[in-house]
Amino acid sequence: MTAPAFDPGTAATRATDAILHDTLYGTHRGVVVDSPPGAGKSTLVVRAALELADAGRPLMVVAQTNAQVDDLVLRLAEKNPELPVGRLHSSDADPYDTALDDLPQVRKSAKAADLTGLPVVISTAAKWAHVTVDEPWRHAIVDEAYQMRSDSLLAVAGLFERALFVGDPGQLDPFAIVGSEQWAGLSYDPSASAVTTLLAHNPDLPQHRLPVSWRLPASAAPLVSDAFYPYTPFRSGTDHGDRRLTFAVPSDGSGPDRVIDEAASSGWGLLELPARHTPRTDPEAVRAVATVVRRLLDRGGAAVSERSPDPAPLTADRIAVGTAHRDQAAAVRSALAELGAADVTVDTANRLQGREYDVTVVLHPLSGRPDATAFHLETGRLCVLASRHRQACIMICRAGVTDLLDDYPSTEPVQLGTVVKFPDGWEANHTVLAHLAEHRVSLRP
Amino acid sequence: MDKAALAGALGSPSAFGQSQFALTRGNAFEAKVKADGGAELLRLVHARLDPAAEPPHEAAVPDLSATGPEVRTARTALALREATGAPGTWTLLDHPMLALDVAGSPAFLEPDAVVVHPDGSWTVVEIKSFPMLDGSADPAKVGAAARQAAVYVLALEEVAARLVDEETPAPRVRHRVLLVCPKDFSNLPTASAVDIRKQRAVTARQLARLTRVQDIADSLPEGVCFAPDLPPAELTAAVESVQAAYAPECLAACELAFHCRDRSRAAGAVTALGRPVRAELGGLTTVDDVLSAARGESGDPDDPAVAALRRAAALRAEALAAAGRDITLATTGVGVAPCR
Amino acid sequence: MSLIATLARLEAVSTGRARPAATVRHRRLSDRPLVFVPLTTAGEAGAPLGALAGTDRDAPRLLVVPQPRDRDLRFAFLAELSDVVLPYVDSYAESVEAAERTETDPETGKRVKVEVELCADAPQLIVPSHAGVEFVRLLGRSMRFRRTVEQDPEAPYPAPPRVPLLGRWLTHFGERARVPGSSLLLAMTELLARHWATGQSGLEDQHLGALLAWIDPPAGETGAEAALRAELAREEGQLVCPPAGPATDPAFDNKLLAPAIERYDRARTALAAAEDGLQADDRLGELTAAERQIHDLVLSRTLPTWEKVWAGIDLLRALPEGAHVEERWTRDRWSFTGHRDRVLAGEPPQPRRDDAVTAANKLATREREQARLEAQEALDDPLVMAGRRLAGEAFAGEVVDVVMAYSEGKRPSPRPLVTVRTDDRPHLGERAKVYRSLGGKPQSAEFAGYEGEGLVVLRILDKMGRGKEPEAGSVPETGDRLCFTLFEHEQRGGAKLPDPEETPWTHGGPPGEAAPETPDTVTEEDVL
Repeated sequence: MTAPAFDPGTAATRATDAILHDTLYGTHRGVVVDSPPGAGKSTLVVRAALELADAGRPLMVVAQTNAQVDDLVLRLAEKNPELPVGRLHSSDADPYDTALDDLPQVRKSAKAADLTGLPVVISTAAKWAHVTVDEPWRHAIVDEAYQMRSDSLLAVAGLFERALFVGDPGQLDPFAIVGSEQWAGLSYDPSASAVTTLLAHNPDLPQHRLPVSWRLPASAAPLVSDAFYPYTPFRSGTDHGDRRLTFAVPSDGSGPDRVIDEAASSGWGLLELPARHTPRTDPEAVRAVATVVRRLLDRGGAAVSERSPDPAPLTADRIAVGTAHRDQAAAVRSALAELGAADVTVDTANRLQGREYDVTVVLHPLSGRPDATAFHLETGRLCVLASRHRQACIMICRAGVTDLLDDYPSTEPVQLGTVVKFPDGWEANHTVLAHLAEHRVSLRP
Repeated sequence: MDKAALAGALGSPSAFGQSQFALTRGNAFEAKVKADGGAELLRLVHARLDPAAEPPHEAAVPDLSATGPEVRTARTALALREATGAPGTWTLLDHPMLALDVAGSPAFLEPDAVVVHPDGSWTVVEIKSFPMLDGSADPAKVGAAARQAAVYVLALEEVAARLVDEETPAPRVRHRVLLVCPKDFSNLPTASAVDIRKQRAVTARQLARLTRVQDIADSLPEGVCFAPDLPPAELTAAVESVQAAYAPECLAACELAFHCRDRSRAAGAVTALGRPVRAELGGLTTVDDVLSAARGESGDPDDPAVAALRRAAALRAEALAAAGRDITLATTGVGVAPCR
Repeated sequence: MSLIATLARLEAVSTGRARPAATVRHRRLSDRPLVFVPLTTAGEAGAPLGALAGTDRDAPRLLVVPQPRDRDLRFAFLAELSDVVLPYVDSYAESVEAAERTETDPETGKRVKVEVELCADAPQLIVPSHAGVEFVRLLGRSMRFRRTVEQDPEAPYPAPPRVPLLGRWLTHFGERARVPGSSLLLAMTELLARHWATGQSGLEDQHLGALLAWIDPPAGETGAEAALRAELAREEGQLVCPPAGPATDPAFDNKLLAPAIERYDRARTALAAAEDGLQADDRLGELTAAERQIHDLVLSRTLPTWEKVWAGIDLLRALPEGAHVEERWTRDRWSFTGHRDRVLAGEPPQPRRDDAVTAANKLATREREQARLEAQEALDDPLVMAGRRLAGEAFAGEVVDVVMAYSEGKRPSPRPLVTVRTDDRPHLGERAKVYRSLGGKPQSAEFAGYEGEGLVVLRILDKMGRGKEPEAGSVPETGDRLCFTLFEHEQRGGAKLPDPEETPWTHGGPPGEAAPETPDTVTEEDVL
């Protein structure tokens, strides 16, 4: 017996149809959708919004940041320029992307009353929390629901009758700046994620997942799926050979060039510096990151993919650098400026969530560290950094991280009644490192 | 190895030991939980972990007593085999004995109880005397209990693997253990299921690693021997040869920590002040190195750690000067009365 | 830990003495705090062994439970404790001042100002360490659901009259202590560690004796030596400096306390079995002596800690109070007044677990207070600000140029451009907002760019009056030395959450009619 060949397009369409069916015709008050990196979450949100609007159901959309809100408004406008959309914004200075000013069908206001009657109104959870209504919306879409805190959902859930919750469970969890242990184990722990609370109180809600990552290449999906989504695996939408990264300029034999070639051929590269304890802004590692980026640009890279069968040049806007800390990002930025590559995006994991590039260069969160804290071990951080690329990901790291992990086994306290977050960062880190070790290039500065 | 005796002989006796009040209370509670053939304990296992199964009206409680850990281990394995081979019944193993291979030599473990369910699966039960107050308990203590239970689960999985034959697959060792504690302010038992998958994964990896490096003992110089009756100098030398990475967390966990702390402080190691201290110091590891780098007397100014230290020192000095006085002078100088 | 704090610890190591970690006192210290030094029985939940408590450092009240597992004796202890604590609390409940509070009018739904009472001052509990705070919480929890005979004549093992009320107050103190910057219930180790950096780790700083030894070592001794003695020195097997509690040293339990309690138990049994008055007299004498011995033991383990807590108070009082401490203390007074009113209104005790809305409100308050505390401590204390400057969250420097400019539009407002020379390295993004304190109020500016190495150009945005020309003194002048922060000085109020009875379906829906909390089930045996 042979298994039928997996057709990603069909699988994804089937999932989307089921989600839309439950959303439009289901009897439950909520539908939850897990979306792994690059699985078409935004496309789904836009489609669901348009179909709900078509069906004449007034819709509110809750996103977590202003950038996400503006992005959704632009995507909706792109799909249906006729649809009137309300952009509810704060009363701060520059509350929304000025690109919205060019869209005549988008009405913008800081007052919800000004937007009454529009088929779709979009805002952040923080802004929605200040809105009061006599008549709740028939429908809501809550985007990035896993990054939303339970208390934030509590503040807005009274505004709608039913909702579609969409998000990526593998990304960074929401956090509180003060201790919240006293509520651990409660179904409505205010510091937990909105989805955790929602499902604890409504275990029967239909739960779907998008099964195909259109972003991650065939080389990356299995690792990211195994390491970060062991119980909800996904596949790559493309096959080995569908994507190709080539360079016009051959390798000069240096570490950076060799790791670039390794990553171009296998999708992953680890540029390993000698073991050493360093400050966060390890100058050698920062220089290595900058050099790799410079060489990526200088070597005339070209990316072939299902989107562009003709090689598309690997330009600065198709490359990003990811770090754990802001000061590391700042150090990399200034190193890149010195090398004349200031237009490459450099950001922390938090800010890279939801973004996509051809090649990413990542300063490993544990590189050079004398200790491994919960922050650095957080599963979501590594997951975000390792899942932004369409072609290849290059990690820069000091040797010795495996031993560091072994010296810091997770001996976390355990709160009774809480659902264990799985996998934990310690194990996920080991899985990723073991895989990267097969693509290692040593660098002796 | 008796680490407390060793610590005493090294001149840094530790404050470890258990209060007899705690001991008495712990024993009394465990006896209460296991009274009447473990009726209450089995009721809790049924309610918290296996409510779909037949309620445990009567349960087998095999006698596991024997002399010597090897024999007890064998008895336990036999009892587990028999219980697993009798579907539809509940079995309580009171203080079974398990062996776990640690770096090539067997370590004997004694869980408080193991329960065999009617479906043949096994559950580890931990009985602790700290309270569950309104459904929650001290997370550090629960964490420690979970790690302990994870070791038992791994040991049970070894036993289970040996029970496989052509007809029967290995019995399932459940990855949710039962933690039994006194409820609120009473001595009445209550229980909670604890998911130990994480702890199990970590422990399994640690054990594999120990095996890989063939135990710490193998890395020691030949002839090393930790006997408390050796002369202190020899003893100290022997303990020194073990690479010990002291950190303040050790104080709560190990009898030898005060000794290691002395050594760590004498060496001027910054980690004696806590592991996080080292995070921003890069390659600088001693107090003198850091202070001299901060004062500009040593260190490479292009090293970000050194540069940051100098900026920190300058900002600190500026702030103290702005405050107008050195605050330490404000203390009495007489000293707080020593304890009487 | 910030690098500045690390440096302070390393300096302490090398000088043998704690170094300042603050230049002002960041918490309120009452003129008349109630110091509470409790001990507990190992292995039991909420079985106190004894305590020293009181407001007079020279006359602490000694409370002892000679047999901690005896329910009646525990109740007697709690009744005595309520005699110490409740009159102290009440003494603050009576003196009030008029204040205004904004409330939602139930009729119109509008926000209106109402005149209310605010207690002029509030009580303050000080315990030796964080474990003491936890113990206060535990005691509060163990008492507040108890029933007295007045409440329920049928209650098994009724509690003495004022014990449930004490439980409610201790619960309130314990809950308030979770609010960052609050001062109703303080742990001495945390207070001292906030203001001094020792040459040991934060973990070791939890030992009150060792911590004080670093801050104020006896003459001729280094902090390290004195701290080591405080941690480990023993005479006849007993720690010279007993732990600050509530846990006791196992050696004390096993060698001294256990035999004394056994003697007490024997004496009690013997007295109960006495056959005549004469024999009873004799045996009563033995019981009294046995009880005396336990009293002496408890005193010997609590008095050193009592003295240390007061020594700590002396050290802290020598520091000037931070400028914003009064404002935060006013919040403590509101909290105290609020609980006083709830008790007076006959509301039931705090529930075992918060409902969804209460939990979310508490978390929001604490996050806001945490942000407020961080901002205020930095504004009050140059040493804290130094840490923020090092982290790129603030910068200080000299104004080197001021150019007048105006906003565009019909009514141009002043938007002067101020150039500041600084050696700091703030993380300034494009048009980032920065704030400086102007007469105690934040004035905001936005980052307009760099004019060269270390030259930051800012556009001042507000607090310049309504006119076309800025009011005098509202615009920085050349030569001014200023400190700008990237963080806001004041916290905005959060969103209003639904009332608990409007809890949405995502959070389980309305909790329904609040059922009165039932008392805890108790162990039937009189002795645990």
